[in-house]
Amino acid sequence: MQNTTMNENLGAPARGRTWLRVAVPLGLFLGLVILLGVGLTLDPHRVPSPLINKPAPDFQLPQLHDPAKTFSPKELLGKVWMLNVWASWCVSCRDEHVVLLQLAKTGVLPIYGLDYKDKRSEGIAWLQEFGNPFKAVAFDADGRVAINYGVYGVPESYIIDKRGVIRYKFIGPITPRDLRDKILPLVKELNGNA
Amino acid sequence: MHRLVLALILVVLGSATVFAKEAPPASSNPRLEKRVMALASQLRCLVCQNETLADSPASLAADLRAEIRQKMEQGESDKQIVDYLVARYGDFVLYRPPLMPTTVLLWFGPLLLAIAGLAWLLYRLMRRHAPDSVPLSDAEHKQAAALLAEQEGGTQ
Repeated sequence: MQNTTMNENLGAPARGRTWLRVAVPLGLFLGLVILLGVGLTLDPHRVPSPLINKPAPDFQLPQLHDPAKTFSPKELLGKVWMLNVWASWCVSCRDEHVVLLQLAKTGVLPIYGLDYKDKRSEGIAWLQEFGNPFKAVAFDADGRVAINYGVYGVPESYIIDKRGVIRYKFIGPITPRDLRDKILPLVKELNGNA
Repeated sequence: MHRLVLALILVVLGSATVFAKEAPPASSNPRLEKRVMALASQLRCLVCQNETLADSPASLAADLRAEIRQKMEQGESDKQIVDYLVARYGDFVLYRPPLMPTTVLLWFGPLLLAIAGLAWLLYRLMRRHAPDSVPLSDAEHKQAAALLAEQEGGTQ
């Protein structure tokens, strides 16, 4: 039976294209693996803040320890400082508190607190128990000042420069590594320039 | 023994109702409430990130809904409120990612992949028919006819 003609027709294309047939799907697969691998290292909970390099929103809140006195970021123009949003009910705030106390001791960067949706008595008690790194604490009972700063969890911290512009935002507790690698160099830089 | 276990289960389940709170009173204006929830369902809760501000049980979501409600009461438009939130939380607060150069692939990627897949499938199907259309020569036609005649002769 003369059936070799048909077989030859079917066999011919496979030869030169085998390499391509393997390489293309493999290439696509590897590309996908790399894309997804990079994605795994990203943390969707670290939402980048649109307030970086924008002026820190102004507010005037009663102070935690002395409600008769108020605190406003305008008082700190001309200084580089940190605004730390915390609460007595926040567990991870305790982790970062040690780091804040260390930072306060160096005297390199004044830290001001924003007590978020807390009870005044509990906030005061918490600072008494764990130490107080803050020069002053503003009491944001209903959290609306925090919303103005784009706060969506505690703790969060902002580094604000001499002109009152937000230059960096930390989401989550500050680690000793953050202190060493990000905060101290940034503060040095911001203090060096006007 | 079984009755005791059953009784205990019922007591535990029953006591759960003690923890259920009365829902916080919605604003006295049901139309406003509807508008608040409509806008809230287009915004993302940043704490429970796959939920909308309308659905999320997080306390931040409740705060932001209250913020939306207050702004609507003050006469702000939906767009003004959305701009206010985006200025503070970024584009991520929009439940549907905005169409921007960086999100074009996100929006059209699946469609493009589907089209590419379909195109490749069609191409493969077309190619499979090609061998069939190889025309037989005259000699091969006669051979085929002879073979077929043989077959029919054989089965009878």
